[in-house]
Amino acid sequence: MKSRRQFISEGAVAASTLAFPLIGGAQAKSVKVGIIHPVTGALAYSGQQCREGAMMAIDDINKAGGIKSLGGAKLEPLLGDAQSTPQGGSAEVEKMNEAGVSAIVGAFASAICLATTQTAAKYNLPHIVDVGVADQIVERGLKNTFRFGPGYKKCAEIAVANLHVLNTAAGKPAKTVMIIHEESLFGTGTANLLSRELPGYGYDVKEIIKHPNPSRDFSNIVLRMKQINPDIVIPANYYNEYALLVRTMQQQKVVPKAIYSVLGGAASSYKFVKEYADAANGIIDCNHWFNPKDKKALELKKRAEAKGLYFSYELFMSYTATKLLAQAIEEAKSSDRAAIIDALNKTKFSDHIMPYGPTQFVNGQNMGAQPLMTQVIKGDIKVIIPRDYREAEPIFPLNA
Amino acid sequence: MFDFSIVFSSVLNGLTMGAVYTLIALGLTLIYGVLHIINFAHGASLMVALYGVYFLNTQAGLDPYLALPIVAPLMFVFGYFLQKGIINRASHGKDENILLVTLGISIVLENLALLFFHSDTRNIETSYTLTTVAVGPAMIALPKLFSCLGALLVSSVLIVFMNSTDLGRAIRAVAKEKAGARLMGIDVEHVYAMCFGIGLACLGAAACFLLPAFYVNPTVGNGFVLVAFTIVVLGGMGSFLGACVGGLLIGVIESVGGLFLGDSLGQVGIFVIFILVLLIRPQGLFGLKS
Repeated sequence: MKSRRQFISEGAVAASTLAFPLIGGAQAKSVKVGIIHPVTGALAYSGQQCREGAMMAIDDINKAGGIKSLGGAKLEPLLGDAQSTPQGGSAEVEKMNEAGVSAIVGAFASAICLATTQTAAKYNLPHIVDVGVADQIVERGLKNTFRFGPGYKKCAEIAVANLHVLNTAAGKPAKTVMIIHEESLFGTGTANLLSRELPGYGYDVKEIIKHPNPSRDFSNIVLRMKQINPDIVIPANYYNEYALLVRTMQQQKVVPKAIYSVLGGAASSYKFVKEYADAANGIIDCNHWFNPKDKKALELKKRAEAKGLYFSYELFMSYTATKLLAQAIEEAKSSDRAAIIDALNKTKFSDHIMPYGPTQFVNGQNMGAQPLMTQVIKGDIKVIIPRDYREAEPIFPLNA
Repeated sequence: MFDFSIVFSSVLNGLTMGAVYTLIALGLTLIYGVLHIINFAHGASLMVALYGVYFLNTQAGLDPYLALPIVAPLMFVFGYFLQKGIINRASHGKDENILLVTLGISIVLENLALLFFHSDTRNIETSYTLTTVAVGPAMIALPKLFSCLGALLVSSVLIVFMNSTDLGRAIRAVAKEKAGARLMGIDVEHVYAMCFGIGLACLGAAACFLLPAFYVNPTVGNGFVLVAFTIVVLGGMGSFLGACVGGLLIGVIESVGGLFLGDSLGQVGIFVIFILVLLIRPQGLFGLKS
């Protein structure tokens, strides 16, 4: 009869022989990456779009032979739901760290990214921020955090400078501004930046109104708009609220000289243009946008549409962020976290569809990133500024 | 300070929003006040009804107001069997079980919606979506006016129904004295299910009035359910008149509060009033002292 000790040791050998080929095989063939987005809750639409983008990128990478420097290792996505809250996002990072991911891509909203990057930093886990525009995300000295797209400071500066160019070219018809923003980090931060920038160019910011997410009704805000009668209305909010706001403006027949969104989330959205064709017409947005002259971007757009998806900024930003991660793993020649962070710091990633300058990360921020100005013209979204990417001449003011 | 016309518009807007709150709260007060079921699935049920109206419009081309005779009865049947088949069976008559069962139902419904309809926010366009009419100095969107009138009409019908039909009397009897009602030959289980059904039928009606001016996504109900609970407590548990007055009051407080304090703080007014009522008149405006 076997002694207890003998049984345990033999059992352990048997178990390890059974288990090792599995673990060993998995390590050689795949690199685990965490994909975290708010796919349920108030931000679910944007979160789902992000997830679709990331998954399309992973499909593309794996179909093209995986990570070549790792012998064709495939990317293995672990999907996480931040439930539209920072703590939800944080909890997912903890889970993914336990599951042994090499890096994380996510988490759309600024407030969520702030939490997920910080949690990931505890484990030196590389985190690529796909959208999250709040600049605090990359200003806290976290070595693991990288953002390929522009922050809201850059977007606000470009938006205001371009507004001034448009207004000056039209003979300065616009003098007063009203800002309407959602109350979380993204909207509040953007509104603060705008209200600081605008007076420097001679604009009078008449009122700044914030609203909660979700908002059931925008009648009050539009009533105040009616009384103030601003030349320019600047919304900075998420899709549902943006749509309700613009629809209420239309109902109440409030037509400013321009609806000039900054990271509006809806004006540069094909969904919005399709569903609110009349309301969307003429709206200008300073937002993340793909290079309209890049063939790969147009192909990706077609593929997304063939899947029944709108080609929204969430989708192509997450797509690009995931491609950046793959490139970094490729260059790191390793799935080790520190090696990936090192590679991200050095990468010159250029195989992307964004209208950016040369990729260079400084303190986690890609210095080449920039937003584009788009306008809804004749039921389509056209790039109006800068000239290099221009598809149509801007129409400003709207009700001249 | 604001012009009179702006304040007037804001009050009017609050009344139109409040009318829809009323309808949602009526369903809840029936279930909450009469059956003593804290129905956490109320918001999710509203979402189901909104999707019903949405698909009848987009697939069958049915106007949302004309969908009422279809959606309300369907929601009634849904509610009847939900109560009889699931809530009643799974709760074994214990309040804490009911709480968990309805919470579970809401999670299941929301996730099913997420699975089948995705998180996409959807809305419908009708010929009158952007039409506005002048009421005094205010311009009010036609769908809001319709929803207000419709909600008040349905509420009145429900109040008359509760006061003057046998079923209405039976429901009130069960609410007051369950054992006594049973001894009088009332089928309590049937009344419970009918009550739940009527509560959800109210949501069906609310969805028809709401959708032309609003949108639907899997979590849309959450925005309304807290307000509805507040109205029920404010008006008095189980009081229909209370739900009507409370709904309109909350609508106006929210709207005017939003105008003066900003939309982020506007809702504070609701909860300040709520706390004051609990302190000064805990039985609610029209509730009876227990």
